[in-house]
Amino acid sequence: MAGIKKYLLLFAQDFVEFRYPEIESLIKLFKINVEVPKPTPIERPYWILENVEESEVRQIASRSVSLKFVAEIWSSGTSYDEFHGNVKKLMPLIDKKYKNESFKFMVETYNKHIKLKQRIEKIETMNYLDSVLGTIDLKNPDNTFVYFEYYGIDDLNVPVHPEHIYFGRYIADGQRDLFNKISLKTRKFIGNTSMDPQLSILMANQGLCSQNDLMFDPFCGTGSMLIAGALFGSYVIGMDIDYLTLHAKTKPSRALQKVRAADESIRANMEQYNLQNLYLDVFVGDFANYPLKGNLKFDSIICDPPYGVREGLLKVEKKEGRKFTAMTEDAVHYPSLSDYKMTNLFHDLLNFSVKHLKIDGRLVCWFPIPDKFYDDTIFPQHSALKLISTSRQQLIGDTSRILLTYEKIAETGELVKNDALENVDFRMKYFTQYDKERKETRHKNHQKNLEEAEKRGIKLMNKTEWKKYVNKKRQAEAMDKDS
Amino acid sequence: MKLITYNFLTSKCIRGVKVGYPLKLNVVEKKVEQQNFNPEFVQRMLPRLEWSAIKSAADIVGCAEIPENMNVETSLHDTDFLQKLHHLLLEIEIVNGSLICPETGRVFPITNGIPNMLLNEDEV
Repeated sequence: MAGIKKYLLLFAQDFVEFRYPEIESLIKLFKINVEVPKPTPIERPYWILENVEESEVRQIASRSVSLKFVAEIWSSGTSYDEFHGNVKKLMPLIDKKYKNESFKFMVETYNKHIKLKQRIEKIETMNYLDSVLGTIDLKNPDNTFVYFEYYGIDDLNVPVHPEHIYFGRYIADGQRDLFNKISLKTRKFIGNTSMDPQLSILMANQGLCSQNDLMFDPFCGTGSMLIAGALFGSYVIGMDIDYLTLHAKTKPSRALQKVRAADESIRANMEQYNLQNLYLDVFVGDFANYPLKGNLKFDSIICDPPYGVREGLLKVEKKEGRKFTAMTEDAVHYPSLSDYKMTNLFHDLLNFSVKHLKIDGRLVCWFPIPDKFYDDTIFPQHSALKLISTSRQQLIGDTSRILLTYEKIAETGELVKNDALENVDFRMKYFTQYDKERKETRHKNHQKNLEEAEKRGIKLMNKTEWKKYVNKKRQAEAMDKDS
Repeated sequence: MKLITYNFLTSKCIRGVKVGYPLKLNVVEKKVEQQNFNPEFVQRMLPRLEWSAIKSAADIVGCAEIPENMNVETSLHDTDFLQKLHHLLLEIEIVNGSLICPETGRVFPITNGIPNMLLNEDEV
């Protein structure tokens, strides 16, 4: 096509906030020189990229899990008349080679579902292209042409006619197949807090994981992040404080599964996905006193620290003068673990990253926060780490977790004091708020039931009466059996 | 545990230990697992390795072909050397054994290929 090439990037509509940081990371990873426009509204499911090469958008598509597909835009319009007019104007400019190549059409709509019959009708409106295109081949076409209609993002107020229509040549799919490949449903070894495959791949992308890198996860658990890192060719090492998790001796997490299979392990997962060549090791260690040599540098540190909700924040407790009376010389000793305050954990994580990342290396980690404490200043900061992006995921119960991406910009620096952060101890806030609300709801429901019963003329027993009644009934039944 | 991980581990986390490196390696059971040879990865790891620990580990597992000293610049393009180092670092798996702190003699057990570096309450 003559003129400036434009590309349409169509995204899947989940994890919208993670889209921009992912693509921005990939642009940095592949050293692509392009400005990414921040689309308005942010929820808009497609972007248009200008001034990039086809090979570059292919590189983005080869890694992105937010992206559905990318296409080269040939023509567009805001009404059917304008659109078809533009396409017809373009026809003499279409390369003659397409006349000799087979093709098929792909119809995509956003915010309006259309049936197969309507799809065919849409294709038929473009019949005039026959003179410049070759023969149709639905199974194995040389080219695929994309027809895309955009009906806005307001799903309660869908317009009759599309806001935008695009026509172009399909280039490549994103990597949404990847998370079927590493789905938790079919993964050999999982735990209660195994990371969602889509998010784990997003994290690996934001961590700029690439071929022959060395990636470290200091809270690896069942190794979800190790899988994601290795998918992109990084060599991976994990650490966890829980001996039983690393040895796959914890209670199974799957419904109906009573015992763990003998061959469940992180290594078995890597073998399942044929990534065993990239698996270095996991070891049992305490993040508060980690056993790594001081000058070791990682290319990326990617982790999901424990929040103290489903998995506790733990470290080995410092005690003087342990009692030895009950211990024999060869007995195995399990150190007692104590709470690891969340702010301390994140400060340790930032300090660790400054010490053990290469320059330009990235730290990607989740940060939990109750919604009512959320604001832009609450994140832990370090003067040697640049906070690249924050993407929020809503969890159940008025809490969120934020995916933080940092990049190391200096060899030394210090923690930035943050009063807002000091004031929040997530675990305490989470539980007190949750328990209180639950108690209130229970009490309210009970009152409602009493009123309802009264209306119907039924007298409900209180707790003690109910107990007496049940006991009497049981005694009577027992006597019946005896006689 | 692979020997590349061995090269990264210390016992410096024990209270009072100054260097804690290299750890003494005690092998009870080991095996050799074929891994794809990837010269670029070994090249990238070279500057991150502590050579004294590589050499002593090579002696313990019986890999005699590792030289006493290593010059990063000449070694980077020596494919034969990289291949030997690849075998030592990535293909030898310590299944059972232990790591011993050079200063305090504290033993960290390795079971099923997983080192347990957790400290006790009076050591942190």
